[in-house]
Amino acid sequence: MDTMLIKSKIKEYLMRSVRNYEIKDDDNIFELGIVHSLFTIQLIMFIEKNFGIELEDEELDIEKIKTVNDMVELIKNNIEKKEKGALKL
Amino acid sequence: MYDYLGVVGAGVMGTGVAQVFAQSGYKTILVDISKEQLEKAKNKIRQNLRFQRLLTNREISESADTVLERIKFTTDYNELSKVGFLIENVTENWEIKKGVYQKLTEICNDDCIFGVNTSAISITRIGSVTKKAQNVIGIHFMNPVPLKAMVEVIKGVHTSEETIKRTKELLKSIGKDSIVVNDSVGFVTNRAMMIFINEAAFMLQEQVASAEDIDTLFKQCFGHKMGPLQTADLIGIDTVLRSLEVLYEGYNDSKYRPCPLLKKMTDAGLHGMKSGKGFYNYEV
Repeated sequence: MDTMLIKSKIKEYLMRSVRNYEIKDDDNIFELGIVHSLFTIQLIMFIEKNFGIELEDEELDIEKIKTVNDMVELIKNNIEKKEKGALKL
Repeated sequence: MYDYLGVVGAGVMGTGVAQVFAQSGYKTILVDISKEQLEKAKNKIRQNLRFQRLLTNREISESADTVLERIKFTTDYNELSKVGFLIENVTENWEIKKGVYQKLTEICNDDCIFGVNTSAISITRIGSVTKKAQNVIGIHFMNPVPLKAMVEVIKGVHTSEETIKRTKELLKSIGKDSIVVNDSVGFVTNRAMMIFINEAAFMLQEQVASAEDIDTLFKQCFGHKMGPLQTADLIGIDTVLRSLEVLYEGYNDSKYRPCPLLKKMTDAGLHGMKSGKGFYNYEV
């Protein structure tokens, strides 16, 4: 899955929750005060379900999902890891 | 202090209470009439423990399996005969609560304290159906239970000093602070909170402002962490409606009349975060 597609999926999901705000790729969504802390869980569940990945415990960290760019990197790394794992099989 | 603690009702609140008891090292009996609900509770606790580090910035010292091993998930009320203290969290409906307390009075031993985790129902009224009103006390946990450090404790007319003391000790042992208030329908928190949410729903219904704008105003202007409609989604729209109905009946005062929009949403299954949709969309 390419970066642009991942990014557009994330933005589409975020826009559903913060309908009045245009989120830029490097905006820290937690510092902007536009999402509440419990939204973090919804966001992680969205990422895992929609990209078919399961995050490791150490990846469950606000630092890793604070901007759209951070989320794209986290998702790409996990998809790559999953594909490598599949090749070994 | 207690060999076993009991939790009745495995909805959002009961699940949270059982999790906190088990995390504090207590062996806990969680009872619900539905096996399916108990299974959901187990999965929810597993999920909560996974995300707890993220929300609290605290490391979790035990595995989910270790915590879950301390909880017995059961549909058999008779298991509660061995608990010394229980928290009841069944739905906000007087007839249902009344039936549950009659059953608990028969099953539990005489020393057992009944902690009523309710949004609005009078503790004194519940005491009246148990034949041991001195052991009945309101323990209004906040949602999400594992994250909220303060608990509102409600003293019924006949609640004994011993019961208050034991309640405060138990809460302290699970890391909760408490404030004791006298019994009044809705207590302190929900008597004011439900009107606040209800008026926000009326404003949305009357198109005074959008849900986002209503919530943003309260967050940005008053420093609230969540706006009234987000809070309603977290509590559950059905629970908000039932609490308003209890307040309306309790005070016979029209200021508590529920907004029709809350009724419509409840009928439509738009119950907030727990159902995936409420004032906002939570589907993933």
